[in-house]
Parts: sequence; structure tokens; C-alpha cells
Amino acid sequence: MKKTIHFREVTNNGTGYWGLIGILGLIVAIGLGAAYYMEHHGHYVTGMNNQIVWGTPHVFAVFLIVAASGALNVASIGSVFGKAPYKPLAPLSGLLAIALLIGGLAILVLDLGRPDRLIVAMTYYNFKSIFAWNIILYNGFIAIVAVYLWMLMDPSKKQYSSTVGLFAFLWRLILTTGTGSIFGFIVARQAYDAAIMAPLFVVMSFSFGLAIYLLVLMAAMRWTDRPLGDALVRRLKNLLGVFVAGVLYFVLAYHLTNLYATEHHGYEHFLLLGGGIYTQLFWIGQILIGSLIPLAMLYHPSLGKSRAAIGWACVLIILGGLAQMYTIIIGGQAYPLVLFPGMEVSSSFYDGVVAEYSPALPEFLLGIGGFGIALIAVALAVKVLPFMPQKLDDASADPHHAGGAAEAAAGKAA
Amino acid sequence: MTRLFQSLQSLALAAGMAFLAIPLLASAEVPRPDIPEANARYSEAQGCVEPTEEMRKNHMEYILHQRDETMRRGVRTRQYSLEECINCHVPKPESGKVVRSDSKEHFCSSCHSYAAVKIDCFSCHRDTPMPDADTTMHRLGSGKAHHFTGTEAELTADALRAVTEEGLQ
Amino acid sequence: MSEHVDTSRRRFLGGTAGAAAGISIAPGVFLNQVAQAKPADQPVSSDNRWGMLIDTNKCGDGCDACVRGCMEENGWGDIHNSEPHSSPEQKAQWIRIVELRDTSTGYAHQLPLMCQHCKHPPCVDVCPTGASMKRADGIVLVDKHICIGCRYCMMACPYKARSFIHEDLQDQLVVAPRGKGTVESCTLCVHRVDKDGADAVPACAEACAAEGHDAFVFGDLNDPNSEISRQLALHGGTQIRADLGLDLGVRYRGI
Repeated sequence: MKKTIHFREVTNNGTGYWGLIGILGLIVAIGLGAAYYMEHHGHYVTGMNNQIVWGTPHVFAVFLIVAASGALNVASIGSVFGKAPYKPLAPLSGLLAIALLIGGLAILVLDLGRPDRLIVAMTYYNFKSIFAWNIILYNGFIAIVAVYLWMLMDPSKKQYSSTVGLFAFLWRLILTTGTGSIFGFIVARQAYDAAIMAPLFVVMSFSFGLAIYLLVLMAAMRWTDRPLGDALVRRLKNLLGVFVAGVLYFVLAYHLTNLYATEHHGYEHFLLLGGGIYTQLFWIGQILIGSLIPLAMLYHPSLGKSRAAIGWACVLIILGGLAQMYTIIIGGQAYPLVLFPGMEVSSSFYDGVVAEYSPALPEFLLGIGGFGIALIAVALAVKVLPFMPQKLDDASADPHHAGGAAEAAAGKAA
Repeated sequence: MTRLFQSLQSLALAAGMAFLAIPLLASAEVPRPDIPEANARYSEAQGCVEPTEEMRKNHMEYILHQRDETMRRGVRTRQYSLEECINCHVPKPESGKVVRSDSKEHFCSSCHSYAAVKIDCFSCHRDTPMPDADTTMHRLGSGKAHHFTGTEAELTADALRAVTEEGLQ
Repeated sequence: MSEHVDTSRRRFLGGTAGAAAGISIAPGVFLNQVAQAKPADQPVSSDNRWGMLIDTNKCGDGCDACVRGCMEENGWGDIHNSEPHSSPEQKAQWIRIVELRDTSTGYAHQLPLMCQHCKHPPCVDVCPTGASMKRADGIVLVDKHICIGCRYCMMACPYKARSFIHEDLQDQLVVAPRGKGTVESCTLCVHRVDKDGADAVPACAEACAAEGHDAFVFGDLNDPNSEISRQLALHGGTQIRADLGLDLGVRYRGI
């Protein structure tokens, strides 16, 4: 099986490729324009306020950052866990990881009150801040994955790829732990202040990252007329199903724990029953559209074999993931702080009431722009460097594909 | 082919030299910045709180140092405080005439716009003296205004005006 | 906007940092020692810990003199038309009146809420650049020079004490620099504290006293003889969300 798979740059030069670049470029330009508009006027043109301080841009940014570390999983399964069929998938996995992270960070930075002071964020560090740690973790991730890609793609360095791959895998686990802890460490708010936030974010990253990876892989192989084997897709979609179920499990554990403690009943009642848009996003967006329907599609005896259905399942998982981020980030802020337990409170600063937030168009455009940055980076990179295997038909990807490889992969990941 | 390459090369060289010459030509045309005069002098010998040449070169170091001392340690001496810079160098806002930091009549911007160096102070600090600010604080030798160990001798109003009208240049 | 500022107060502030001997700290009670205000060239010290005690029983029904006093002193709020483009939800509020009603007994009262100047401030812990900071004397501030406007401190503050500035500002007051894209909050009138030390009276307390309510006591929590320490020793005080263990500089009585 060795030496049967070669990597080649994308050679498409037609309207299809350049049309894609054009559309993505436009999305990026619109996103940057939106950011300029917000920074020029100030954040009063956004939906954010002193109650909801992290708005729609953060939903997109945190989603992309979480998905970035998850996108690397495919490479890790090959390098760290030694699953041969995943090895040819590794370079694209590393590339997508870096691209998604850059897309997410771009949103985060452009939504700062003072993005012109980015250099301050790089030169002044408060090492007690998990945020400062994340700056180091994000930059380190990009550097480590870049080295990892080099080891993977330079035949003379192949022997180091599993060591560097292990390091990258551990780093990405720490990174997502850090991202989840941004919320987990917030003692002040009812929705956060929970250690489960870190592992929840790790499992979310598995799910969102693989959904985006699978979608990009299927699209890229198809648009470049390269074969992609059914067994390989089946393996990946089964794994994705396990991850989606894993997220559901952690969400269940989080809410059950909260429901047991009377202290948290207010927040749980808000999110699960009376929270309006947040309740709808939770039940319809995250649980139904983002989890149950894609699970049914992925494991359905006939739909589970259809590439289109798998693709749509990935899209639903991504939309559900964004809904989940929205309920966590914005729903968590909308629920008022409990300063005086047992008292009804009111003030001119909106104490005791659910905060109002409606996303403004520029915020949304900036968020979409982050996706654009990530995808255009991938589209350009695969044309310049050989990230993509020439063929991934089942015979060359995995000679043992007839065996129970899918279950083994699923078992390993769980 | 070689000839073509050579002629292209010399063309590029000529273009490059022309480009380099632009600042030289421009410097003859662009007027020197017109720096507004301060309200007062620091001492008879010295216009500003340090010698003018030193201030022109290193004012940001003094301001930065003072910034952290005041912000983080609560040290509130006035010799290098931004408030005092503004009180002395920017006219008080009057009805109909307010010299803003984006105007070339503003002391800071008169030079900063010329040097194309962005100032970040005035997104948070006011760019004019408070309407009731004591802008005569810069009196010669007045230890009240500036924390420094100079002579305590104070100028008469006439002497002060004479010194001031001499200007900074 | 600055034309509306009460100039007599400003002149009072502009005076030299005088240390008055034998100042009155309560009717009939005098300190024997000379109260020493810190010289301008000396840094603040951890020998002091500035705090405030607020007696909500004295807080006048519907009175918001402390809020208006703070606005006037620090230049925020509608009286200065400080953030004309921002929505009410976006406008800064350094101090606010919170109305409370006990759901079981129906007992209703109000109190002013602002930065609590925690000994272990979560905003300082989470700030990536160190812009959120606590001075040696316990006053929690935002160093706007290195604030990047990430708003993590606002997420972390249990008291919702901080505000983000959503637009360009002009004519800020010299004692309270503030601007677009950075976060701000109550400074405990740090400019007054630096000038007058233990004799300082923050603007909210001054306005409250002028209204005849006298609900505020400012002072040094580290000094057992200070008015605030003696009152706390005598009557105790509550910290809001004491369960978080943040050791607040602002204490309440009557909640």
C-alpha cells in the first residue's frame, strides 16, 4: 500500500476555480469592509452593548477556533494513532486547521475595541489570564502545525512526522481546553463557571472540525476530479456521528448537573423553557437541526450512503454548532447576573432583566468574512503546494477497507 | 536579448533614481511646520520643561514615563504631565474657536501631521485645557506647578509677558 | 459639555494638596495625628487600602445624587451628552441605583452599585494585557493606554461594574480620561484620593452628603482607627456576593 498515493497541486484553471476564488475574495472583502465600518464609527453601530459585550463576531470566531483544532484530528488519527487510511488525509487536515484558526482569529482581532493595538496584545502579557495563554496557544498552534505539515510533506523528514504529530495533538487538546476555559473560568455568570466547559469544547471541536473537514474534502476531491472512496467517506462519517453524539452527552451532563442545583434553576429555566430565541436556538438549532437530524442522516441505512446526504448532514452540524455557540456565548450573557439572591432587582443598567441583543449586519458580515478567509486560504494553498492526494479511492487509501476499520476508528476516537 | 535586458535595466535604474529624488524635490516645496507658541516659558533660560532640543527629540519618553508613573503608582508630579503640556501649549477653548488635535493649529498636530506620526493620546485625553484650567501654572520657577528643584523666584507679570513674547523659536 | 461643570468644585480640587491638622472625622471625634496626604512625587503604598461603607438605610428613596455627582465629576452620562450615538444599553454607567425587593417579605429598598474594588478582582485576573490593574492601595483601574478593548473583564466582573465606550469622545474631563474602544469603570475618584489621601471624599459621597443623606463613608480599611474601620468593627458590613471570596473594598449596611 505504500507509495501508491501521490500528492499533487490543484491544476484547475478554469472559471470554476477562479470563480470560487472570486466569490470567496468578495466575501473576505465584504467582511473587512464591515470591520472597517465598525472600527471607524465605534461599536455603537453593532448590536453589542454593555450587557452583551461579546456578540455575533465572537460566535463565529470561537466556532472557527474550536473547529480549527478539530480539523487537525484527522491528521492526528493517522500520525498518533497509526491508522493508515487517515495518513493521506493529513496534509489537508493540517492546512484546514491553520486556515480555520486564522479565520477565527481575524474576526476576534477585528472586533476588538482597539484592533490598532494588536501589538500591545503581543507585547504585554498577564500570565494569569487564560486569554493571554490563548494568544500563546493560538500562535504556537499555527507554528507547530506548520512544522508538522513540513514533516508530512517533505519525504526526507517523514520519520519525524509521528513525533511532531503527537506534539501537535497534545497542543491542540490544550488549546481547546484553553478556549473552553475562557468561559469555564468566569465565576461571575450563571451559565459559565463550570469545569465541564473545557471538555465540552474539546468534543465540540471534534465534531465541528470533522464536519468542516469532510465537507471540504468531498468538495475539493470532486471539483478536482480526484477519486474519493466510499469506504473512506463511510469511515469518516461514522466517526463524525460518534463525535456528534459525544457533544450531546456532554451537553446533557452539563444541564443535568445544573438542574440538580437549585441555584442554577433560574438559568436552566431561561435556556430550556422561557428564553425565547435562546430556547429556540437550543432545542431547534442545536439539538434538532445540529444533532438529531444529522445523526439520523449519517446512520440511516440508505441516506448514510449518499454523498449528498452526508454533505447536508455536515452543513447541519455546522449550523447547529453556530447555534450552540450563540446560546453559550450570547445566551449566557443575556441571563442577568444574580447579585442579590432572593431579591427582585431593577436599575437603569438593566439589572435583573434578560439583556436585549440583535445582531447588526456588519457583525454578521464580519463573521462570514472569517469563514471566507479560512476557505480562500485553503483554496489558494492547495493550488500552490501538494496538499491533496491525487486519488483516494478505497483500493489505494486502505487495502483492508473491507474489514471492520470504521468501528475500530470510532472505538479509538471515543 | 542581452541588449533588451540591459536597456530594461537602465530604465529601471533611472526610474528608481527619479523615485528617490522625489523627497528631495518635495522638501523644497513643503513648508516647515508652523509650531504655535506656548503660553509661557519654563524659565528665563529654557522654554520648555527640558531644553527645547531635548523635548523635540524625546518628549514622548517623558510623557510615557509619566504615564506609567501616574497610572500605576499614583505619582502626580506635574512637570511632565500631559495636562500641563496641554495647558501651556494649547489655547483654552473659547466660544467659536476650539483648537482640536486634528487641526494643524494644535501644537501637537502642527508637528505630528508634518512628520506623519499618529498620536494616540487624544482618543482618551482631552486635547484642550479645561475651561477653568490655570494655564499660568508654567510661571518661571514656580514650584507649585512643576515638581522640580529650581529657584523659587517668581517673575512679575510684565517680565513674564516679555519672556513669553520672545517666543520659543 | 465641560462648560456645565461646577467650577467651584474644580477650583477646590485644583488647590494644593493640603494636609489639615486635626480634621473632623465625625461630630465630636478628632484625630490626634496630622492626616498625611501623600506628596505628589511619592507612589501609593499598600499600607493603605481605600474602601467605602454605604449605609443603605440612609439612602434616600428615589434619590440618585451620588450618580449625578459621579457624572459631573467624571464626565460621563447624559448631563454631559457624553455618548450621543450610543443606545441607552450602550452608554456607560460608572455607578447606578439598584432597587431591591425581597420576594418573600416584600421589603424594598435601594442602593448604589459601582466597582467594588475587590482585593482579588476577576477583571484583573482575566485581562490579557494587564490593562485591568489594582494599585498598591487597592483601587482597581483600567490602564486605557494598553487596553485593547477585548471586553473579557466585562464578562468576568460579577458586579457588571464596567462599561465599554462605543464611539469617539471629545472634551473628556482632565481627571477622567476615557475613549472609544476601551473599558472604564468607577475609579474611586482616584484623582481626589491621590491629592487628599484619607481626607479625600469621592464625588458620590460628597453629593450624598450635600443631599443630607450621608450614606457613604470613605476611608482606609487598613487603618483600624479610621472612621470606616471603626464603623465596620462596631456594626459590621455586607459584601455583595461574598460567596465569591473576593474581599471587596466597598461594603454595605442594611441589605
